[in-house]
Formats: sequence, C-alpha cells, structure tokens
Amino acid sequence: MGSRASRLLREEEIEEIKKETGFSHSQITRLYSRFTSLDKGENGTLSREDFQRIPELAINPLGDRIINAFFPEGEDQVNFRGFMRTLAHFRPIEDNEKNKNPSATEPLNSRTNKLLFAFRLYDLDRDDKISRDELLQVLEKVDVEQKMSIRFLH
Amino acid sequence: MNFVLIWLYLIILLIMIPSMFGFSLGISEIYMTILVKTLEWATLNIQKANSDEGTLKPSSSNGLIQRENGSMEKELEELRRSRPKPPVGGDFTLSDCFYFIRQGIESIVDDQVTQRFTSEELVSWNLLTRTNNDFQYISLKLTLVYGLGIIVRYCILAPLRITLTVIGVSWLVIGTSAVGLLPNWRIKFWLSELVHVMCYRICARGLSATIRYHNRENKPKKGGICVANHTSPIDIVILCTDGCYAMVGQVHGGLMGIIQRAMVRSCPHVWFERSEMKDRHLVTKRLKDHVNDKKKLPILIFPEGTCINNTSVMMFKKGSFEIGTTIYPVAIKYDPKFGDAFWNSSKHSMVSYLLRMMTSWALVCNVWYLPAMHQQEGEDAVQFANRVKSAIAHQGGLVDLQWDGGLKRAKVKETFKEQQQKKYSNMVVRDDSSSNSD
Repeated sequence: MGSRASRLLREEEIEEIKKETGFSHSQITRLYSRFTSLDKGENGTLSREDFQRIPELAINPLGDRIINAFFPEGEDQVNFRGFMRTLAHFRPIEDNEKNKNPSATEPLNSRTNKLLFAFRLYDLDRDDKISRDELLQVLEKVDVEQKMSIRFLH
Repeated sequence: MNFVLIWLYLIILLIMIPSMFGFSLGISEIYMTILVKTLEWATLNIQKANSDEGTLKPSSSNGLIQRENGSMEKELEELRRSRPKPPVGGDFTLSDCFYFIRQGIESIVDDQVTQRFTSEELVSWNLLTRTNNDFQYISLKLTLVYGLGIIVRYCILAPLRITLTVIGVSWLVIGTSAVGLLPNWRIKFWLSELVHVMCYRICARGLSATIRYHNRENKPKKGGICVANHTSPIDIVILCTDGCYAMVGQVHGGLMGIIQRAMVRSCPHVWFERSEMKDRHLVTKRLKDHVNDKKKLPILIFPEGTCINNTSVMMFKKGSFEIGTTIYPVAIKYDPKFGDAFWNSSKHSMVSYLLRMMTSWALVCNVWYLPAMHQQEGEDAVQFANRVKSAIAHQGGLVDLQWDGGLKRAKVKETFKEQQQKKYSNMVVRDDSSSNSD
C-alpha cells in the first residue's frame, strides 16, 4: 500500500519511551517517522550503512565515531528504543528538571551523561581513560548543557 | 461492445479534439473548481477537529529541530572562549569535539539531502489513501467524501485517463512516422511540430493536467538549450504542450524505444547509445552540432540528472553549460495538494508510477520561463551552472542546494570529507609564520 511506517508505533511503546527519554508524544512520533525513512531495509532496525547514507554525516570528521555510539557493544543493528536512548542525551535540560530529587536515577540528558557520551566517543578502546587535565578543563569551564543540546521542536 | 464504442466517441469528441486544437469545453474547469472547494472543506474540517481535541498537529513545514547556523570557525571560537589562546603554535581543545558531535547528531535527526528523495510531506491531508500517514477518524462526512473520492478516481477518472494516454501515445508514434515519410519541405517541419504538440496535449489531458505558464515571452528559441528542474518524466509532457523541443537521452528498448525511433523520423532528437554516454567529448560534440544548426529545435535538458522531489533544486551537472550557447532556464513547481508528481524510482516502477498519477486528483503546476542567460566573462561552467540553478530555485520557491542529486544512489565523495578535515586542521594548526605547519 505504500504506507510510511512498516509497523505502527503502539501507544504503550510511546509511553515507555516518553518515560525513559523525556521526549514529548509528538516528538517521538516524528522521530519514528525519521527512523523508518532511514531504515531502507524496512526491518525495524538501522545498520551502519543506513547512517552512512546521510551525506552531512558522512563528511563529518567524527562521523564514524558518532555512528558507533548508537550501536551497543558488538552489535550491528540498532532498534528504535536504542536510537531514542542515544538521541535523548541531546535533549536540552529543562529548568524544572534541574531541581529534581537528587536520589532519583539521573536522566539521560543530564550534564554528566552528556559529558559521558562525548567521552565515550574518544575512549575507543573503552578502558575509561583519556588525558586527565584536558578532561578537567572541559568539566570546569565549558557550557556543556548548551553545547551538547539540540533544540527539538514540539 | 456498443458501450465501449459510445465511450470512445464521447471521449474523442468532448476531450481529445478540443485539446488537440488548444481550446477547452470547460469540463475540466468545472471538475477543478469542485475539487478545490472539496479539498478546502476537508482541510477546514480536519483543522476544526484537531483544535477541538486540543491536539495541535505540528505542521510539517516546521522541521524536527532548530539548527545552529554558525560556521565551523564561529562555533569553535565560542567553545574555546573559556581558555586563553596559546601565544604561539596550534590550538586544540577537547571541547572542539562538541561542535562535530552536535552537527553529526543534528544531521541524523534531520538532514538536507535524504529528505529530497522521498515525497514531500503535506501540511494537511488531501483525501488520498497514499498520503494518509496518521490515520485518524475525523467525521462521518469526511470519510464518506474520501470513499466517494476513491470511487470517482479509480472507476471514472482512471479509465478515462488511461484511454486518453493510449490514444495520445499511439497518435504520437503513427503521426510522427507518417510525417517522417514526407520529403524535407518546409511543411514537414510545421506538420511535425503540430503532431508533437497535439499528442502531448492529449497526454496532458490524460493526466488531468492544469498548467499555468508564466512569462511566455521568454520561451526558448531555436539554437539554445532549455534547462529545467527535474521531478518526474511528466516534466517533458508539461513543457512540450507549450512548445517543441529536441530531446536528449539514452536509447531504450521496448515501448520507449519505439516512441524514440518514431519521434526521430519527423524531427531530429539526440539519442545516445549507452556506450556513447560515457564519452563526454562525443556527447558535447553532438550537442554542439545540434545547437549550431539554427534550423533545429532547442534542446531540453535536465541538468540534475535524476528526479528530485520538487522541494529543492540540486547540483546542476556542468556538461550542458560548457557548450557555449544561450541557456533558457525554466522553473517547474507542482502543487502537491492535488497529487504527488515525484517519481521515486527506487520505490515504484514506471508503470506503477503512471497508474498512481492517473488515480490522483489532478496535476496542477506552474511553469515559469526565465530570461535567457549566457556564460559571462571569467565565469567557468560550474559557476554558470550554479547561477542558473539559483535563478530557477528562486523563481520556483525551491531550496537551492549544493549537494549532488546522484547521492540518491551513490555515496558522497571522499573529497568532501577531506575538505571538512582540512578546514578543521587549519584551525588547529594555525599557519602563521612562526609555527611550522604543512
């Protein structure tokens, strides 16, 4: 029939993703639309080739590493949940989230998690080490919250 | 059998003959007026239903994200503000990576290129099954109209249009072959043009095409090259109903081959064998020879080289701009409300695409003839091509992109990645006289 989504997103799934990532309902459906349009094989997952088909990403010097960040250790396919989980790091930090209960699990887009994401891109052998001084510099002075956030429209 | 005959006679009298001679009995106009009113009513209904429910459906003209538009230099300067610049030598900060990471993730969410190879998203549903991405039951009235629309489109309009197209194409083949038998008198050219235009007009009726031509004083003349943005093979029908052009293309087999051979009998077109297309000098020479013969028709070329979805104009290949003759740019913009004209060749075959066209509401488009352009002093072919592309994009209200339409199938060239790397490394290894950079 030529419908856009080979599989429609169920309401329960949308609620789960909303809780985990903090995206709004309409943002999730639109990002799902984007996910399916990138999924040329129409099997509900993205491979590395699907990402490399984006020209702006292919010419990015860090392109390959960014793509790797989507794939969990040793896997070649990422599903929509994984896709959203990675994108969630780039949601802007809203003011009402800043003063949340400190003992609750940290949201994916917290300042620390944003830094961890960037850190992991450099830590290719995944042994949790890069130069200490450089990292301290970044931790202290750079406005990580703004520089590692994307303005998602509602 | 009688019914079929009556049906054929009706079509010939009411539609084919008037269109062949360029006038209209007004039936299509009535249909279009009813159609426009129906779609407006449907849009209002959907908007009312949405605002009642309180869900403000995001208009698809908004992107998913709002991008930062600073250049690499500006963004990296900002990131590095927090620490003093070293007095000599290069400058690398770990926080530079934030710029690239954000750019990368932004392009994963929404990029300028991949969206051009699929159909444009509509702002409001136009009562076609194929554009219904977000099925919501709105009201009984709307569903009834939608159902009625299906019956009208598939049972009345589609057979009508298929008949017309078959007549049109057969007439093209027979007519051009017949004219081809005549010796090369003046009357042959006149007849050939007449046959071509009549056939294309019939085919245009076969698609319920409503075309508005603007600035017809700029129409392409003999000895020039007409360039236009490419959305589908139907572009040819659209342009050829209003004038005669020489086509350029590869020799095909099958039905297309028959049409091509017939057309070339009555007036010269430029058909290339597959092997010849690889030889750029040969191609340029043949095109040059054609334009230098002032008796031959203007050549029609689509420099993008592939079909784009009519929201943007992508890179023009410089081949046609090296010939050194007058370029007549033409901008074509379809109205997506009435039917999606874009041919997504990886998704639909040609036949399937034509059937979809014939079961849409109609084909509405605007054609602008732009003033002729010449290559200027000191301008090379690529710059000239870009200048023409910008003019077309500006007139048609399309986005002007530098990206190559070939990216639909091919990977982006390594050289572009190297350019980005070079740009960044220039910032890291700053080449002032005191530092040693390469």
